[in-house]
Amino acid sequence: MTDTIKHLSTLLAEGKASSVELCQDYLGRIERLNPALNAFITVDAEKTLTEAAAADTRRASGQAGPLTGVPIAHKDIFCAEGWLTTCGSKMLSNFVSPYDAHVIEQFKAAGMPCLGKTNMDEFAMGSSNETSYYGPVRNPWDTDRVPGGSSGGSAAAVAGRLAPAATGTDTGGSIRQPAALTGITGLKPTYGVVSRYGMIAFASSLDQAGPMARTAEDCALLLNVMSGFDARDSTSLERAKEDYARDLMQPLAGLKIGLPLEFFGEGLTGDTARAVEEAIALLKKLGAQPVAVSLPNSKLSVAAYYVLAPAEASSNLSRFDGVRYGYRTPDYRDLTDLYEKTRAEGFGSEVKRRIMIGAYVLSHGYYDAYYLQAQKLRRLIAQDFVEAFRQCDVILGPTAPTTAFKLGEKTADPVEMYLSDIYTIAVNLAGLPGMSLPCGFDAQGLPIGLQLIGDYFAEARMLNAAHQYQLASGWHTRAPTL
Amino acid sequence: MKWETVIGLEVHSQLSTQTKIFSGASTAFGAAPNSQACQVDIALPGVLPVLNKGAVERAIRFGLAIGAKLNRTNVFDRKNYFYPDLPKGYQISQFTLPIVETGELKIQVGDEEKTVRITRAHLEEDAGKSLHEDFHGEDGRPLSGIDLNRAGTPLLEIVSEPDMRSAKEAVAYAKALHTLVTWIGICDGNMQEGSFRVDANVSVRPLGQAEYGTRREIKNLNSFKFLEQAINYEARWQIEQIEDGHKIQQATVLFDPDSGETRMMRSKEDAHDYRYFPDPDLLPVKLDEDWIEQVRAGLPELPQQKRLRYQNDLGLSAYDANALTASRALADYFEAVAGGLAKPDAKLAANWIMGDLSATLNREGLDIPASHISAAALAGLLARIQDGTLSGKLAKQVFEAMWAGEGDADAIIEAKGLKQVSDSGAIEVLIDEVLAANDKSVEEFRSGKEKAFNALVGQVMKASKGKANPAQVNELLRKKLGAE
Repeated sequence: MTDTIKHLSTLLAEGKASSVELCQDYLGRIERLNPALNAFITVDAEKTLTEAAAADTRRASGQAGPLTGVPIAHKDIFCAEGWLTTCGSKMLSNFVSPYDAHVIEQFKAAGMPCLGKTNMDEFAMGSSNETSYYGPVRNPWDTDRVPGGSSGGSAAAVAGRLAPAATGTDTGGSIRQPAALTGITGLKPTYGVVSRYGMIAFASSLDQAGPMARTAEDCALLLNVMSGFDARDSTSLERAKEDYARDLMQPLAGLKIGLPLEFFGEGLTGDTARAVEEAIALLKKLGAQPVAVSLPNSKLSVAAYYVLAPAEASSNLSRFDGVRYGYRTPDYRDLTDLYEKTRAEGFGSEVKRRIMIGAYVLSHGYYDAYYLQAQKLRRLIAQDFVEAFRQCDVILGPTAPTTAFKLGEKTADPVEMYLSDIYTIAVNLAGLPGMSLPCGFDAQGLPIGLQLIGDYFAEARMLNAAHQYQLASGWHTRAPTL
Repeated sequence: MKWETVIGLEVHSQLSTQTKIFSGASTAFGAAPNSQACQVDIALPGVLPVLNKGAVERAIRFGLAIGAKLNRTNVFDRKNYFYPDLPKGYQISQFTLPIVETGELKIQVGDEEKTVRITRAHLEEDAGKSLHEDFHGEDGRPLSGIDLNRAGTPLLEIVSEPDMRSAKEAVAYAKALHTLVTWIGICDGNMQEGSFRVDANVSVRPLGQAEYGTRREIKNLNSFKFLEQAINYEARWQIEQIEDGHKIQQATVLFDPDSGETRMMRSKEDAHDYRYFPDPDLLPVKLDEDWIEQVRAGLPELPQQKRLRYQNDLGLSAYDANALTASRALADYFEAVAGGLAKPDAKLAANWIMGDLSATLNREGLDIPASHISAAALAGLLARIQDGTLSGKLAKQVFEAMWAGEGDADAIIEAKGLKQVSDSGAIEVLIDEVLAANDKSVEEFRSGKEKAFNALVGQVMKASKGKANPAQVNELLRKKLGAE
C-alpha cells in the first residue's frame, strides 16, 4: 500500500517526498472529490501548506519525529486555534477557536500538518452523518449511501484517499461504525487514554478520541501521538506513555478470542455474518483460539446509552446560549426570548431531541427511574466484560448490523438509526478499547467491519491481532473507485 | 398568642485560594471586568474543569474545626439553569454527597452558651455578575453587562439546622462562623466584597408547637446589621400575616436596606428543577486519612478551645475570654502581651487590651493588626506598672504618648520624667510639707473624718506632680498621722 502513514513517513524520511508535496497531492484530491463526498467542512490550503513547509524545515534541521510532515485531517469537534470549529452545527457556524485541543497540540508537536476539518453529525449525535448542518457526507463506495457517523467526514476522507488518516471521536460507536461502513480501520481507546480537553463534549463519561486510518499499524502510530496524560482533563489517566506498535508482530498462537453469544444471534445475518465467520476462521489459522463468552446485559446497552448520553448532553450543550460566542438569533425581545430563539434556530432536530430526552430523564421525579437505573445497568454491562475477559484476550464480533445504508433510509425512524450502534455502545459504557477493521464486502460491494474489543489498556494486544489479521487478509487494501 | 421565630442560615463563604476552584484564573477582587476570566471560566467549547486542591483543603479545615464528619468520598454535581452570568449553563456544586456533614458551632448569646448544629458544608463555584446599570446600546437602549471575574470563585456553602430562635441568636451564630472561617484562614471575611454572604431561612410558630411553620428565605444579606433587621422584619411580617388569617407561602425574598423591608423574589411555584446529576468531568473526590491528619496538625487552636483555656488556666472571666477570641488577631495580640510579661498577669493584659487599647482602636476606626502599639510595646508598658515605676494614671499618659509614636514606654518615661517616686525619704519630705501647711485637715482627720485623709493624700500627690507611688503615700501618711 502506498498511502499508509507508515509508507508516507518512510518517503519523507528517505527524502523521496516533501510534506509540501504530500499536502499538495491531498489538497488536490480534496478539491476534486470533496464536492461529491462533502467530507470536509473547512479546508484552508494556505494554512496546511504553511504547516507542511514548517514540517519540511524541521526535517531538514534533523528535528523530525517519526510522523513529521505526514498530513492528517481532524474531525470538526476538536478546537484548533485559528480554524473554524463548528461541531457540525449552525450553533458554532461562526466559531473560530482561540485555542488548541490537547489532541491538536499533540499532532502539532509531532509536526503533522492539518489537511482540514472534517464533517460530522451535529455535536456528534448521529450514526449516518445526516444530522450535520453542513449537509450529509457521502460514502465513497457508493455516494447514494451514508458513511456512518458521527465521524462520517473523517471516515469518508480516509476511505476516499482525501487524507491518509484522520481523527475521530467515539461516544457510542462514532469511530468504529463509520470505519466499518467505509472500509477503513478505526480505534477507540480505553476511556481516559486520550485527553478530552478541547474536544467539544457530547457525553463526557463516554466520549473518547481515536485514530481513523488505513491500517491497524497506522492506528497504533497515531495513538502513540494522541495519547498521554493531560492535567487539564480530570478523567485523563496518569500512565506512562506506551508504544502501541510494540506488539504488532507478535504471533497469534494461543490468543484467545472471545465470541459473545449475544453478538452472533438472530440480528446477525447474511453477508455480515459470513464475513465475520470467515475472519474467525482466518484468525484460527493464524493460531488464535475461539472461546464462547457471554455478555448477558449487552442487550440493554442501547437503552442505557440513550438515557445517559442525552442526560450528559443536555447539560453539556447548555453553554450554547447565544450570550458569549456562536450563533445568536438576530431578533429577540428579552433574555428568555434570546435563549429560546437562539437554541431553537441554532440546533438541529436530532440535537433538540436528545436535549429533551436528557432534560426529561434528569428531571425531578424521573431521575431515579431513568438516570440512576441506567447507571446501574452500565455497571452490570461493564461487569459482563470483566467476566468475559477472564476467559479471553480479545473479544470479536461485527461492528455494525448492516453495511452502509442509503441516505434518508433511516432518518424517519430515530430508534432504527440508534440500533446501528447496537454492537458498539456497550464498549463505551464499559470504557473499554475497541476497533473496527475491514473483513470483506457484501453482495453490493460495500465494506463490512469486524470489531475487536480489548481489555482495559490492552490496545497493544488488540492492535496485534488486527495487524496480523490485516497481513493475512488484505481487505483493508481495497479502495473505492472515485 | 406567643410566637417563636425559627431561623436557619446558609452562609456562602468565599475561600481564600489564589486561583479559582476549577481553573487557574486569579480570584483577586476588583480587577477590570472579565480580565480574570480564562477560557474555562467563560466556558468555551471543549474546556474542562480541574479541581483546586487548595479549596478542598480549606473545606477539610472547616470540617475539622466544627467537629464534623468528612465524607471520604464526596461528589461534584451539576446544577442546571440558564442565566447570563452562569457561562456553562450549570453550576458545579455538591448536592448528594457534600464534603462536610453534621458538625456544630458553640455560640455565646449574652451569658448563655448555645450549640448550633451545622447540617452540611459543600464546595461550589460562584457565578459571575450581571451589571444592569450604566450600559447603553448605540440607540440608547439599556443593556446589561456581564463580568465573569467572579465566575468560578470557590465557595463553601455552610448550612445550619433551624436552631436559632431570634435575630440576636442568628447574628451571634453568623458572627461566630465569621470568626471561625477567618480564624482558620479559609476566608478573608470581607463582607463588603461579598466574601461572606448570608441567606436566612425564617419561619414562625406558636410557642410550644412542635412543627415548624412555612419558611421564607431571605437572600444575600451582606452585613450583620442587615441580617438582624431583615429577620426581625420578616418574623413580624409573618406573624401579622398569620394573625390576619393568611397562610405563609414558601418563597425567596430580598431585603431592602433602604426601606428595611423584605419583598418577594420568587415563589415556590417558580422554583427551578435544577436537574442535578454527578458531573462526569470530575472524578469523585477522595480524602485520604494522611491528608486529613496533616490538615488537622496544621490547624491553629480554635476560638472555643482558647476561650476555655483563658478561663480555666488564665483565670479570665467568660466575658473577657469571649471578647479576646473575637478574632484570631486579637487573641494572638493578647497572648503576645501576656506572654511578654516577666511576671504573668493575664488579667492586667486583658484589662488594658479590652480597655484603653480597644477604646483607642474604636475611636480611630482601626482593627487590631493596625494598632500603633505592638504587643511587645504594650507588654513593656505593663511591666512598668507591675514593677511600680508607673501608677495607673501615669501609665495612661504613657500609653497615649506611645500611640502618638513618641517611642516605647521606657523612653517616654525618661523623656517626660514620669517615673513614679517610690523613695520613702523623698515622699516623707513632701508629707511633712503638706502636713505643716494643712492644719485644718489634720484636725478633721483626728476628729474622725476619713475624708480629710483622702484630701491629704491628694495634696501629697499634687505636690509630687502625680509621680509619688500612691500606695506608699497612703502608708507613710497614715504612719505619720498615727505616730504624732
